Amino acid sequence: MNQKTIMITTALLMLMLFGGAAYMYHANQVVEKTKLVSINSAALEQFHSPRLGNPQAKVTIVEFMDPACEACSAFHGLVKQTLKTYDGKVKLVIRYAPFHQGSDKAVEILEAARKLGKFSEVLDLMYGTQHGWASHHNPQPELIWQYLAHYQFDVAALKRNIDKDATARLIAIDLADANTLQVNKTPTFFVNGKPLPSFGYQQFQKLVADEVAAAYGQ
Amino acid sequence: MSAQKVDAVWWLIFMAWLIAMASTLTSLFFSEVMMLEPCVLCWYQRICLFPLAVILLVGLYPLDNHVIKYALPFAIAGLGFTLYHIALFYGFIPEGLKPCTQGIPCDDDSMVLFGFLPIPLLSLAAFSAIIGLLLAAKPRIQT
Repeated sequence: MNQKTIMITTALLMLMLFGGAAYMYHANQVVEKTKLVSINSAALEQFHSPRLGNPQAKVTIVEFMDPACEACSAFHGLVKQTLKTYDGKVKLVIRYAPFHQGSDKAVEILEAARKLGKFSEVLDLMYGTQHGWASHHNPQPELIWQYLAHYQFDVAALKRNIDKDATARLIAIDLADANTLQVNKTPTFFVNGKPLPSFGYQQFQKLVADEVAAAYGQ
Repeated sequence: MSAQKVDAVWWLIFMAWLIAMASTLTSLFFSEVMMLEPCVLCWYQRICLFPLAVILLVGLYPLDNHVIKYALPFAIAGLGFTLYHIALFYGFIPEGLKPCTQGIPCDDDSMVLFGFLPIPLLSLAAFSAIIGLLLAAKPRIQT
């Protein structure tokens, strides 16, 4: 065997070994993650968690989110579309994971909106105007008020309903659950307790479709 | 230059490349597959390690003896960072001197694989072996 052949063979072997090991590690991670969630299923939902969709739905999407997170905003349309597509069969549970500095202020506004029955609308507005108030991972939640005023939300009522302490308590519980479930990125989804095999739109759609099929039959 | 001598030099450099390549892939496995964020000192070691996988490969075919001269500084610098990292990891260097207090710590448990194998020790083994092999190849080169 000449030197060139030895070199090329060795390099290829190493790359194949790398690919194989990566694949096996990943497959094992999904199994471990699912196990972790099933042991700690109580950490998936709390009584205080905001919910969207039919409460009787048999398929539950749990989303750990951050109003200032760009990927969450990008995913939001698909999540809403999914609730509409499987109307009545899928519900969404929102968990707060405000990993960005300052986005807990945005959560305070969301919680105030919830008391006024405007949670979904204000969430849409926050994601829709995120490029304006949270661009480049630098959230400035005080700017949200300008957008709320511009889109004719009752700013005075929202401000009256801000409860910093209560929101801080909710966030602390949600972050503790995120820690238990090893959630360190947003958005993180669990569909009926199952994590996404890998992050992406297709993976999300497939997992939801599979769970709906399993719960309601084809 | 006898054929046997050329062969010995080639194999020694080949082994050094093999170690550099395997270490590069291992380090990429930690960061890209296991999603372990490299700490600052790890980054300096990677900066020394990654070029070795390329330089040594280029020097192997056809064999260019000068590759030893170009590869050794990287390997020695890498060893230096590794020794500093190990001193930090085992607590020989006091708290105040740590370069990476913010962000990802260089000395916590995430550095330990399978519960017993610290990543800095892997790095030490790799850089030492590469230096050893290159130094062993050097006197065998006939000018």
